[in-house]
Amino acid sequence: MAAANETRKAETKLAVAELGEKYKYGFVTDIEMERAPKGLSEDTVRFISAKKSEPEWMLQWRLGAFRRWQEMREPNWARVHYQKIDYQDSYYYAAPKSQSNKPQSLDEIDPKILETYKKLGIPLHEQMLLAGVAVDAVFDSVSVATTFKAKLNEAGVIFCPISEAIRDHGELVRKYLGTVVPVTDNFFATLNSAVFSDGTFVYVPKGVRCPMELSTYFRINAQDTGQFERTLIIADEGSYVSYLEGCTAPKRDENQLHAAVVELVALEGAEIKYSTVQNWYPGDEDGKGGIYNFVTKRGDCRGNRSKISWTQVETGSAITWKYPSCILRGDDSVGEFYSIAITNNYQQADTGTKMTHLGKNTRSRIISKGISAGRAQNTYRGLVSVHPRAENARNYTQCDSLLIGAQCGAHTVPYIESRNRSSRIEHEATTSKIAEDQLFYCTQRGIPAEEAVALIVNGFCREVLQQLPMEFAVEAQKLVGISLEGSVG
Amino acid sequence: MLEIKNLHVAVGGQEILKGLTLSIADGEVHAIMGPNGSGKSTLSYVLAGREGYEITQGSVLYRGQDLTTMAPEERAAQGVFLAMQYPVEIPGVTTMTFLKTALNAQRRARGEKEVDAVGVLKLVREKAKALNVPEEMLKRALNVGFSGGEKKRLEILQAAVFQPSLAILDETDSGLDIDALKLVAQGVNALRAPDRAMLVITHYQRLLNYIVPDRVHVLSAGRIIKEGGKELALELEARGYAQIIKDAA
Repeated sequence: MAAANETRKAETKLAVAELGEKYKYGFVTDIEMERAPKGLSEDTVRFISAKKSEPEWMLQWRLGAFRRWQEMREPNWARVHYQKIDYQDSYYYAAPKSQSNKPQSLDEIDPKILETYKKLGIPLHEQMLLAGVAVDAVFDSVSVATTFKAKLNEAGVIFCPISEAIRDHGELVRKYLGTVVPVTDNFFATLNSAVFSDGTFVYVPKGVRCPMELSTYFRINAQDTGQFERTLIIADEGSYVSYLEGCTAPKRDENQLHAAVVELVALEGAEIKYSTVQNWYPGDEDGKGGIYNFVTKRGDCRGNRSKISWTQVETGSAITWKYPSCILRGDDSVGEFYSIAITNNYQQADTGTKMTHLGKNTRSRIISKGISAGRAQNTYRGLVSVHPRAENARNYTQCDSLLIGAQCGAHTVPYIESRNRSSRIEHEATTSKIAEDQLFYCTQRGIPAEEAVALIVNGFCREVLQQLPMEFAVEAQKLVGISLEGSVG
Repeated sequence: MLEIKNLHVAVGGQEILKGLTLSIADGEVHAIMGPNGSGKSTLSYVLAGREGYEITQGSVLYRGQDLTTMAPEERAAQGVFLAMQYPVEIPGVTTMTFLKTALNAQRRARGEKEVDAVGVLKLVREKAKALNVPEEMLKRALNVGFSGGEKKRLEILQAAVFQPSLAILDETDSGLDIDALKLVAQGVNALRAPDRAMLVITHYQRLLNYIVPDRVHVLSAGRIIKEGGKELALELEARGYAQIIKDAA
């Protein structure tokens, strides 16, 4: 066992070392897929619901969302430019055929799928052997493997594909689904509500500290497939959970749509820490291909003294449109947003957060680090809103932008609305460039220019990287280097 | 160790060095003195390979190899070290992390095994002690909020950690009070070795009281106009640059 452990560790190191290549997740796994007919209609929604053997209430919920969506318009206020998406020219459901009969254990899973995860640097077997990360792996639309279930069961934690939760924990799902991000919230969230195919469900019972970090790796594999995950995490009174989400997708010339919804609910005294490393395919050097990432993430600090903390490292996607937010409903609740957004070549990111202070003595903290290189555009867009009842609300916002080269852009768009005189809101913003003298200093000491840029950028991002769990932080640091390759010299 | 012949260097189209010739043997310490604008810093940057310093004529051989075709990081790996006049700040990168990254980058380039965190820590601590660099300074971001004296001490600490073959010290005395100056000079003297050459660039004779050079060169308008032993520095101090330049003309 110990020897096996050592081998696994060596493999991990090797996998991490391999990160030193360009976009190494750009492979396609050749697996027979089962799809819904192309396009989007009520039939598509019914098809998905039937595939998932969903109860009637879920189907009706989806159909309601679909009808609503048909009346909605795509938003255009973000600083991102792209060709109009043809929603009828995409598949809304794709699942590996071999998954038709659900696997009972890892041994039964198609080796090709496991190989894919191995290429991603997170072999499931290894995850099982190495300490403490349970993985719910979403391969396109179906969750293929859920590990560590037994140990979590013992603690009473539910961690499963949301499709399974809808069947097995229907009451819980029904009670919370759509309560943080309503079906009618926005164009992309409504679309997701109609067609979401799978995702993750977590429930941590009262007073339980989740015994391990929970982690999901999403991966888009099939061609012309939109991926619409739905994640719902509920931390009951006095509980704690840390959730890690990693994303990659293969290289393709077409753009692929990714419209996920994540809802977090923290009840009284509960804490949720949600970390993301997003490394979807960003497109090539000329801006061809890449993921359109339109994601709605929101947490509700529903109970007093609850806390929700978002940490995101966004290095991938051609377009990122994402604002992980907190509703600070409970008194003394705390919301945090730590973000690193790196854009290179023709990538565009419009990302930030909304902190909505409803309760008394609520506090929020926003630390945003935007890095732009090549011809990329990087926008921080944030809203701090203090409602009349929110006595003594506090916010601290710090937005720093770093520019590499002369053809990229950084934009900061902070909105502040205060309707309570006792609130205190601080906002700091800086924009800087990697100076020639910094680079020269590093190269003079023997550090090659690209490594120097990675070092300087990692320093710039330090406050945010420190928020990530250890194993993620290492990966994130490497990613920072990889995503800026070719940005100097 | 270093052989510079008829070196002409232009910056932004303007010629700064105009036929500089200089050679330093292994184990020697040479001083270059000169008034402002004589080309002292240009010489140090061109030896280190900074961008924007264009060699229009002449040659630079370092241990028999053409130095001018090597990238700055290659020169560093091959043992060329420049203690800078104005060390730059790198926010968020601790001094220790920087030292480890640089040391291992150099070792990697030379095909040597990298040193792990513990090994680097041990090495740096040992060198830091001699230079009176407190542990706390190593944990702070590189040069951020450091005093002038701290920055210069850190430059010398890096020289001690990297063990270069050719150390160029560009105005290492500027901005130092007398105590800090003595400490830095002590550190430099400790680096003297039979297989190491040093080029000390300075404006004032003061530093050379503590770092006694084998040879002194006077640089004016891009050329060496006078050479001599350590006593030349004293003569400069007594008579001033203007007089010496006049005599040489």
